[in-house]
Amino acid sequence: MPPGTATPRSGPGAALPTPPDELSARPVGRRPRRKREWSLRSRAVRGLLYQALALLAVAAVVWFLAHNTQRNMEVRGIQSGFNFLGQAAGFDIGETMIAYDPSQSYGRAIWVGVLNTLRVALLGIVLTTVLGVLVGIGRFSRNALVRGLCYGYVEMFRNVPILLQLLMWYLLFVDVLPPPQTAWNVADLFYLSKGGFSFPAPVWDRGHAWMGAGLLAGLAVGGWWRRESQRRFELTGHDRNRWAVPVAAAICLAFAGWAAGGAPRSWSVPEQLPFMVDGGISATPEFMAVLIGLVMYTAAFIAEVVRSGIQSVSHGQNEAASALGLTQRMQMRLVVLPQALRVIIPPMTNQYLNLTKNSSLAVVIGYPDVVSIANTTLNQTGRAVECIAIIMLVYLCTSLGTSALMNWYNRHAAIKER
Amino acid sequence: MAEAFQSIAARAPPVRTGGALPWLRRNLFGDWKSALATVFLIGLALLVLPPFGQWAVANAVLAPNADACQAARGSGACWGVIAEKWHVIIFGRYPFEGQWRPAIATLLMIAAVVASCIRRFWRPWLGLMWLAVLATFFILMGGGVFGLEPVRTDLWGGLPLTVMLATLSIFLAFPLAVLVALGRRSQLPAIRTVCIVYIELIRGVPLISVLFMASFMFPLFMPQGMTIDVLVRVLVGITLFAAAYMAEIVRGGLQAIPRGQLEAASTLGLGYWQTQRKIVLPQALAMVVPSMMNNFISILKDTSLVTIVSLYELTGALALALNADVEWRPFKIEAYLFITAIYFSICFAMSRYSLWVEGQLGVSRTR
Amino acid sequence: MSDAIIEFTKVNKWYGDDFHVLRDVELAVGRGERIVICGPSGSGKSTLIRCINALEEYQEGRVTVDGIVLGDDVKAIEAVRRRVGMVFQQFNLFPHLTVLENLTLAPMWVGHTPKKEAEERAMQQLERVQIAEQARKFPLQLSGGQQQRVAIARALCLTPKIMLFDEPTSALDPEMIKEVLDVIIELAGQGMTMLCVTHEMGFAKAVADRVIFMDQGQIVEANTPAEFFDHPKSERTRDFLDKIIGH
Repeated sequence: MPPGTATPRSGPGAALPTPPDELSARPVGRRPRRKREWSLRSRAVRGLLYQALALLAVAAVVWFLAHNTQRNMEVRGIQSGFNFLGQAAGFDIGETMIAYDPSQSYGRAIWVGVLNTLRVALLGIVLTTVLGVLVGIGRFSRNALVRGLCYGYVEMFRNVPILLQLLMWYLLFVDVLPPPQTAWNVADLFYLSKGGFSFPAPVWDRGHAWMGAGLLAGLAVGGWWRRESQRRFELTGHDRNRWAVPVAAAICLAFAGWAAGGAPRSWSVPEQLPFMVDGGISATPEFMAVLIGLVMYTAAFIAEVVRSGIQSVSHGQNEAASALGLTQRMQMRLVVLPQALRVIIPPMTNQYLNLTKNSSLAVVIGYPDVVSIANTTLNQTGRAVECIAIIMLVYLCTSLGTSALMNWYNRHAAIKER
Repeated sequence: MAEAFQSIAARAPPVRTGGALPWLRRNLFGDWKSALATVFLIGLALLVLPPFGQWAVANAVLAPNADACQAARGSGACWGVIAEKWHVIIFGRYPFEGQWRPAIATLLMIAAVVASCIRRFWRPWLGLMWLAVLATFFILMGGGVFGLEPVRTDLWGGLPLTVMLATLSIFLAFPLAVLVALGRRSQLPAIRTVCIVYIELIRGVPLISVLFMASFMFPLFMPQGMTIDVLVRVLVGITLFAAAYMAEIVRGGLQAIPRGQLEAASTLGLGYWQTQRKIVLPQALAMVVPSMMNNFISILKDTSLVTIVSLYELTGALALALNADVEWRPFKIEAYLFITAIYFSICFAMSRYSLWVEGQLGVSRTR
Repeated sequence: MSDAIIEFTKVNKWYGDDFHVLRDVELAVGRGERIVICGPSGSGKSTLIRCINALEEYQEGRVTVDGIVLGDDVKAIEAVRRRVGMVFQQFNLFPHLTVLENLTLAPMWVGHTPKKEAEERAMQQLERVQIAEQARKFPLQLSGGQQQRVAIARALCLTPKIMLFDEPTSALDPEMIKEVLDVIIELAGQGMTMLCVTHEMGFAKAVADRVIFMDQGQIVEANTPAEFFDHPKSERTRDFLDKIIGH
């Protein structure tokens, strides 16, 4: 459009004013700076105003609360600050993963609590995934009894509060099991009693480090084998078993490592003494109750997640795969599972987080997790704000870390759409 | 084909697939693995169920007789503990003479909830009815007026407390959740950030820490001289906690509304709040009813945690009833099973209702 | 008929105990023959062609495909599925794989074809349906018509002798129907044996050797397009044609 002409418009009397000649001289690509009109009717100004008001309100509330807190703490003589973390704790902890005694600091005690929480959480996550996936898949079984059992399991464990379940499991361990003097045992190797569950464990020796190295080497060989198999498949069209060799390599190389390290054979085996069971590794009834309770509760939710994930893959996908000649196993591996996993993994991670947060209920049973120890610290030092802040910080880190991982996974694996 | 067409009538198949026997064959003995599983499970049931039946029913003691229970210990369940202790379990430390009050109050509350679930009662006066029910509840429980004996809130306990905490926190959390969800989707960065921080903070920490905060820190937050009732503290804690989770659910519903709806609304001249109230929220909330019902069930289960901050709702009241009583303490398991049954019935009923609602709403949407 | 590539002999099928969906169906399809099947919904047309590649089982009678009798035998079913390609109404492309991967999946895993060769053949088929430039895209990034063409190419990758189309254009927006029908017409012109369930009567007139009308599980009429559309023999056929072609 040549400069200086107006676009003719149809309609009575509607003619655009002639644009000034300066328009044509303006450099292309630079967006004109808009002059801001400061009026209350401007959307931008109103937006700023609302935000300013909101921030002001939040700040006012925060100031009000902080001011009151400070006042109240002065009046009651409560000190603040985190310096108490260096003081001696003065209380004992029932089970610890690292060395600890009452003369050590509160900080160390809390760290023991964190480790205990991680221990039950990580083990719980592994076990509950196995159980949950089995129950979830069992809902699709051809056998009506298996289907009914899985359905009954899910409804039973989902509709009862976790606290109640933990209390019942603990009661089971404390009331139903025999006293340590007459523990139940299986083959004189596994003992179960009110004192806990003991099982034999190898005594740590240098040879075990060698075995670990061998295992890693075996896993590396397995990874190499799988990559090679994929390459060979793409080249020739013939697929071979991708599991046998990695598993065999892991076992053989681990064994070789163990042999090379001196073949350590000593085991610590629990044995029944007059008043207790000694030896091996023993898990306290508190730990067992928390672990089993959390695992069975969360598995019900995971089973539902797995079930809805598998159901989300439309039946047409199975039909198309069948029509192409793929076997049931190939269908599952190449078509159904990849799609189902994308739907399953985000809510599954949510359940892992729930399990971790629910482990905080261990305080009711007496398992010394981070909440329990922070609670004791709080009662002894009176530093309520700081202790609660520590608890929240620990769990926040776990949650935010997992969320970040989940966001990365979602971006990476999402099925691409228009 | 040049012959005249002859119609063939439908007839029965050569091998019937319906009926009990074919169903059994298909579902229990379909292939050898299935048959094996059936045999194994039936064997397991035969091993476990008869002794359990013996314990739970045949040898059970129903009368509240501690000696009979002790005698039957190990071989028979002592359901007598429930007959003996049920009023402490259900009503907590509420004074014995006045226990008709929480009984009526709880029944009223449950009736109100059930009424709200039935379509016939979705009328404008439902809101007024709820206000009346809540007022009656607090008057009955708290007393102090109409000649009723005043009862301190820390004596409230058991089932009334569970029902009250769950219902009230759901009520209060809901509007908060809607506001926070809208705020989270706001274009204004400051409001959005505040909402995101609130949601992520609360969702990242366990409820127990929020309850600790409510219990220990709220008194510190109050201005000089003002005390805050323990019940109110806990209620605020649970409400803040529930609102964060509900906000995420509502946000999911908001996200599912196509942008075209908002554009159409603004073209028609509707303002932001009008659009939200009349167009977005009705659709979004209807969409998320199943997830919300799940959340309500979770809130009901979460009320059991207030035991930890010394409010004796149903689970805590049980401990109260039995821990101190040496005679009846060995029979805790039966009492636990009792309150398990109560929780299970309520939660299972809610989840069935949720499925029904889903079905109702699904009919109106084309899938 | 010894040179019929598909034979249905007194085939009967029931859904459950009450729904007699195929009633005494007799059909012989010659090599290179192009058949269009039409009829009201619930008449059993989709069930009929789904019996050909064993997606549905039948209770009475016999279905023979390329000399192989279809029954419970798993090997027979696998052999038949290698010879028969199918295109679905809902496309059923695998959304987590690219277009190229969708096409090479079966040749690699069922046909034991090396990847390079499979990809070359796949690109040939994609060019045949004129969509080669979308090879690296994901199915949900394509339009409906493009997806259906990819589905056709995917079925062709196994070099089938018979192609089955189950209402291939029913789920498409009107402006995309033509591009898919053009591909099917070209396929027919190259001598592919095909059975197509469709409502597109213009397509039937252009391509079919025989048009079959099914109603309530029976083949009511089967004739050349000219005879079928101009001189329908049965009352029911006339009714149906009135409804479809009336406007």
